[in-house]
Amino acid sequence: MIPAQGAVDLTLQAAAHANRCDETIVIVTDRSEASLRWAGNSMTTNGVSTSRSTAVISIVRTGDGAHVGSLRSSVVDPDAVDDLVAAADKAAHTAPEARDAAALPTGAGEPADWDDPLPGTGAGAFAELARGLSGGFGRSERLYGFAHHTVETTFVASSTGVRRRFTQPTGSVEINAKRGAASAWAGISTPWFADVPIEQMLADLSMRLDWSKRTVELPAGRYETLMPPSTVADMMIYLGWSMDGRGAQEGRTALSAPGGGTRVGEKLTGLPLTMYSDPLAAGLECAPFVHTPSSSERLSVFDNGMDIGRVDWIRDGAISALVYPRAAAAEFGVAPAVPADNLLMTGGTKDLGDMIAGTERGLLLTTLWYIRTVDPTTLLLTGLTRDGVYLIEDGEITAAVNNFRFNESPLDLLRRATEAGRAETTLPREWSDWATRAVMPTLRIPDFHMSSVSQAQ
Amino acid sequence: MSSHTTGVDEEFLALPLGRLAEAALSAATAGGASYADLRVHAVTTEIVQLRDGELESAVLDRDIGLAVRVLVDGTWGFASHAGLTPDIAAESARHAVGVAVTLASLNADRVELADEPVYRDVTWVSDYRIDPFTVPTADKIAVLEDYSGRLLASDGVDHVSATAVCVKEQMFYADTFGSSITQQRVRTMPALEAVSVDPAAGSFESMRTLAPPTGRGWEAVAGDQVWNWSAELAELPTLLSEKTKSPSVVAGPTDLVIDPTNLWLTIHESIGHATEYDRAIGYEAAYAGTSFATPDKLNRMRYGSPVMNVTADRTVEYGLATIGYDTEGVAAQKWDLVRDGIFVGYQLDRVFARKLGLERSNGCSYADSAHHVPIQRMPNVSLAPGIEDLSTEDLISRVDNGIYIVGDKSWSIDMQRYNFQFTGQRFFRIRSGRLDGQVRDVAYQAVTTDFWNSMEVVGGPSTWRLGGAFNCGKAQPGQVAAVSHGCPSALFRGVNVLNAIEESGR
Repeated sequence: MIPAQGAVDLTLQAAAHANRCDETIVIVTDRSEASLRWAGNSMTTNGVSTSRSTAVISIVRTGDGAHVGSLRSSVVDPDAVDDLVAAADKAAHTAPEARDAAALPTGAGEPADWDDPLPGTGAGAFAELARGLSGGFGRSERLYGFAHHTVETTFVASSTGVRRRFTQPTGSVEINAKRGAASAWAGISTPWFADVPIEQMLADLSMRLDWSKRTVELPAGRYETLMPPSTVADMMIYLGWSMDGRGAQEGRTALSAPGGGTRVGEKLTGLPLTMYSDPLAAGLECAPFVHTPSSSERLSVFDNGMDIGRVDWIRDGAISALVYPRAAAAEFGVAPAVPADNLLMTGGTKDLGDMIAGTERGLLLTTLWYIRTVDPTTLLLTGLTRDGVYLIEDGEITAAVNNFRFNESPLDLLRRATEAGRAETTLPREWSDWATRAVMPTLRIPDFHMSSVSQAQ
Repeated sequence: MSSHTTGVDEEFLALPLGRLAEAALSAATAGGASYADLRVHAVTTEIVQLRDGELESAVLDRDIGLAVRVLVDGTWGFASHAGLTPDIAAESARHAVGVAVTLASLNADRVELADEPVYRDVTWVSDYRIDPFTVPTADKIAVLEDYSGRLLASDGVDHVSATAVCVKEQMFYADTFGSSITQQRVRTMPALEAVSVDPAAGSFESMRTLAPPTGRGWEAVAGDQVWNWSAELAELPTLLSEKTKSPSVVAGPTDLVIDPTNLWLTIHESIGHATEYDRAIGYEAAYAGTSFATPDKLNRMRYGSPVMNVTADRTVEYGLATIGYDTEGVAAQKWDLVRDGIFVGYQLDRVFARKLGLERSNGCSYADSAHHVPIQRMPNVSLAPGIEDLSTEDLISRVDNGIYIVGDKSWSIDMQRYNFQFTGQRFFRIRSGRLDGQVRDVAYQAVTTDFWNSMEVVGGPSTWRLGGAFNCGKAQPGQVAAVSHGCPSALFRGVNVLNAIEESGR
């Protein structure tokens, strides 16, 4: 396999030599991956993989308009580059006008780290974890779970001089422990698999299973509920995915305002909560530039290589921004706002222990599962509680409770929250296939809507 | 196989498949593997999306690589690579052996495979008329422009999104037993959604076409031969307009006639996933979940009413999970999951067949790309029609006060497949055995076995339709699979209907 930088150069040269289109963007991502899965105290599947994707975006300009052809291929044979470029060029020449046309960003040469070797991963990343797990497999609890590490290095280059490179490490460890009918969960994100606190995770799981020694059956209803950071992350990530500016402007999302326009400016809560994405957030670093082979309501191929900065989607309790690629921003007369691949919510101060101590009677959740839209007009979502609903009585956890199906909107949760805990790094369980970088608070909801009981353990 | 289908593409056959197999399998054996398989897997996907009749995105994605899976002293090892040379195949085999050796101490469960006949140099190609990748992208865009335009021209339609996804999947498989299998299949998924906006109220309503994703070619997207697009696009704006003016549903236990366009998804979630053997024994406990249908209940548990008969297959014509051989070289089969309401079968691969004490796998192994390890995945799971050919109208005529539900929308079910909640596209009120306008804000919520036991009668063969999805998710790292579900219309008594507005607390 030729180095990724070589593949970038080769592709741009092929496009320039063919000279069939006005502009070319090349995105090459090299991916190295290792995974380990276990169930019932024994490994089930594992694997390592090495792959590359090469995207070629060809652009033909006609007056103010532009026509785009986009192809992506995992073929690594250098002899295939000419065909890939030819196919993208042909697609551009036959495409109707793109609705998101804009001038391409420009650049001034390669960054200092452009030619550095690419970091990778392998089964060795799990050596320490495997030792800790072996110990855990010998205990009385049955352990299930997954460890996953990917290292992706992405290069964006264009015929207009853009040269950008970013290495994205993504790692997570999830452990589900079962004892009898009781089930508990612990999960962390760990970009480089350094210092995975496996002993602490196992101890936390044992403590939670001990909480389940007493069980209480509760019916459906509205309960005062402490939503820990993983559950808040899962609901707020869905909100973040629903904050497209165009949809809101056109009246077809929950962020549309009655009478026209959007809900930007609406004060959701008196709590001083700010929800933002920031590629430079410590420990949650992610690509500080756009890289996409296709356009959508959230991204535009014409923005490839453009800086992504911090965006406050909710500031001090009020909705403050929606997602706009450059072309959409120009159309609606607002500033471009592109989300980085992380999400944070800050502003709370309370310790979870203090929030539990301050609860007379309520529920403490662990994670949420199978979250889907019920009503897009209010962003009403349904889903399940999973792997630990605990009863708080007089400031202490006294029992485990059955699971519930909930029907709630993240917008309404923010409108009704009465207290926010200190933000901490968490693993959003439901969305961890796509989103592992999150910092979220615990939220106290006075009347969380448990719509029905789930018998699932 | 249809006479229209030509065979596996020359481009794929031109790859050094035999040499890759020889290199990988011999390196694995030399490294100490007792068993090995090589898979060269190509997935080509084209996604075309239009918004309000204008092109938003058209992208062609070609993913190809090789995967080597080995058994070393009863422990799996897996490695994959994007490179397609014999050297890389051999190196990947050695990597896979290395993974198995490195992680062997974590394995307490010695892997053994059920026997299967050896298939040497066999080829299978799915049945399609028009290979979607022979259709220029510009032509695909033109079809969606035409369809979008028909909807946008109607009063009350403010926005239209249109999508066509076309996939071609090619697989070469070889194992140390001696099988070598080459396969190719295509699938297409067209969808248009119309939105009606009420700016003053700040509200909106949408409705999507009912055309299912299918294991057919471009013939399912363009023209009216496979799906009557002209009729559906003509009636959709009227139905949407009627929906926007319809009353909000009254919540409570309700008799439901459920159309196949909605019921397929309920089957998928509450039967398809619940009868996966790997889930039932805990392999997915930390992620997709387990199942209430545990092995101790096999041949004992009443899953549903006596009119409930559910089959699994990898053979149905145009099925999205239909294939000649699975990713372990097991030939496609058909079998029962639920017979006369009793739970009688599971979905298996070669490892799970042995665990369950069966001689042969029923062929449910699948991996969604070269870079993912094969796992047990869902075959086509279908509800059989009744013997008497009752029409949907016949079922509706049995209901005094209820709802007829058409089209799928959102879905959610718990991690043991007990408690589910679904919405839909169109909800028609039934009064005294006849349809009486639409209602809105409907969701239905039930416990799996309560729901299937409330099924009073199923429609006849003329109501049976094949629905399905491209995006069934399972496993970590996450894998997607396409799967179809056939079913008739069916009548359910006293299912709990929710009002989504009330659920939101408004």
